[in-house]
Amino acid sequence: MTIADAPTPAAEAATPGADILRVEHVTKRFGAVTALVDVNLRLARGEVLGLIGDNGAGKSTLLKILCGFHSPDSGRIVLDGQDVHLRSVVHARSLGVDVVYQDLALVDQLSVYHNMFLNRERLRWPLLSNRKMRTIARQRLDEMGIGLGSVDLPVANLSGGQRQAIAVARAVYGQAKILLLDEPLAAMGAKEAALILDLIRDLKQSGNVSIIVIAHNYGQVLEVCDRVNLLQHGMIALDKAAKDTSVQELNDIVIEEYRRALQARQRSA
Amino acid sequence: MGEVVQDSAEVVGAPVPRPARQRSALGSARHGAAVLLRQREATVFIVVLLLVLYFWRRTPLFLTHDSLVIITQTAAPWAIIAIGEVLLLICGEMDLSVGFVFTFSPFLMYFLISYYGFPALAAMVVCLLFGLLVGVVNGVLRVVVGVPAFITTLGTGFVLSGITLVTSHAYPELIPASAQGIGRWLGTAGWAEVSWAIILVALFQIILTRTRWGLHTIAVGGNPLGAREAGINVARIKIGNFMICSMLGAFVGLQEMFRAQSIDPHSGDYTPMFFAVAAAVLGGTAMTGGSGSIIGAFFGASVLAIVQGGFSLIGISANPLPIIVGGAILVAMIANVQLERFRKAGRLT
Repeated sequence: MTIADAPTPAAEAATPGADILRVEHVTKRFGAVTALVDVNLRLARGEVLGLIGDNGAGKSTLLKILCGFHSPDSGRIVLDGQDVHLRSVVHARSLGVDVVYQDLALVDQLSVYHNMFLNRERLRWPLLSNRKMRTIARQRLDEMGIGLGSVDLPVANLSGGQRQAIAVARAVYGQAKILLLDEPLAAMGAKEAALILDLIRDLKQSGNVSIIVIAHNYGQVLEVCDRVNLLQHGMIALDKAAKDTSVQELNDIVIEEYRRALQARQRSA
Repeated sequence: MGEVVQDSAEVVGAPVPRPARQRSALGSARHGAAVLLRQREATVFIVVLLLVLYFWRRTPLFLTHDSLVIITQTAAPWAIIAIGEVLLLICGEMDLSVGFVFTFSPFLMYFLISYYGFPALAAMVVCLLFGLLVGVVNGVLRVVVGVPAFITTLGTGFVLSGITLVTSHAYPELIPASAQGIGRWLGTAGWAEVSWAIILVALFQIILTRTRWGLHTIAVGGNPLGAREAGINVARIKIGNFMICSMLGAFVGLQEMFRAQSIDPHSGDYTPMFFAVAAAVLGGTAMTGGSGSIIGAFFGASVLAIVQGGFSLIGISANPLPIIVGGAILVAMIANVQLERFRKAGRLT
């Protein structure tokens, strides 16, 4: 073993068990509705975790807790070994947790590069340094393999996949350590979806960012994820490595659950 | 480094024309038309030129010093107030009260000088600060309390109108002699108003297209949730633009006082606000937020003033004027809506 192989300080921090994110015993209620019940979730460094579940299973609530929009009623969030209380979306982002929504993220009327630098603009005080932002944006997008004709186009002119890619590029560029992708493939064509899946793979390979993908579509998620968590009624019903499960199994769980609910209803009727 | 001025004239928020590819003659003609249509300022600027040509052909009186002074003095107040309205429209708001700040600000100056012995310049500065304060009230009611801008500024407008009438007893006043010196620079001299308008329009067009403030104003109007998600302080942007708008109203009130050489409780009112919004719309500012042009609004104000001045010069009664103004606004608005469809369709090709 050479010196170069010895663990670096960064690698030391990533000792076994030191997940980049741990959610422990988190519960969240909205009035009479219990959205999350004692949820435990962990995300390893550099991992891509698929968070799936039917409508109303609690995916969005969990996402909103992780990005600092909601506070949990009980339980704790451990980020990089530290107990954190996420006060706001901006606070979470400053700690390196960034969420990418499909449609919320971009301003249609602004150019690609203005969107990428929104609220992180490069300045030549008091003016914007458009040239610098344009150059860096083009460079970043090229690095990430997102081919765009021009970064001067308003994003209104781009496809759903390209918009999503720009939103992801923005978050990564903003030094995100943990990326929460909310339904990144919803309403996207096959070609578009392939672009985003490739982007996720590239990010995984770079190893600088850990990703949680929130999704409906099990098949596409299984393609890129290392591990899958299935949420049901605000509880994690399944936690398996992606290679140990299948679309069939995930579907069966959800459908089984539906049957049971139906039978219970029939019994009570 | 020379990277400062590059695309300062582009219409904010409008798609930038794509680089021309190899095209057929028909295709390139269509492409040329598309480029022109996308540059909304260009369209309204062409209208200005056509109107100037028309009235010049109709009467030699049109392009004389006196006539141009009158026309620019008509256009300038609308153009300056339109700066504030454009900023507000872009971030998804509007201000109906600005004309009443306009009315009250000369009285405020008069009271400060005559009753409290303020030096003229200090009194005028207080008028501008008063404008900022009205903007804060409008902005806080809108953003913090959550009252829609239409209602908020309708309310503050009425209140300001009442304050003017109560404090002035609805009588006009004479301008204090001590203010007349500064007044020459603000509005008494024939070209003063339009000079201020050009300076302010240029300044705020740069702010809109080349600074963070402008970028965030567009972002707040274009995608309020997205802007908040990006960490932009939406309240600050909106309140700030309400403050700019009201302060410009106070400034124009002082200018118009010097031009008319009287302090009149019936100046201002809703009229300058309506013309300013009309100018903004003619200049390509969408009422839906997210896009607009201050230079466009300047040309829009010019169109309105040229039509008004030109009509009286060629001896047509002023009575049908509102029909023409109204028609022009409707045509501009219809064109805006159609262009939006055109752009969306263009996205598919």
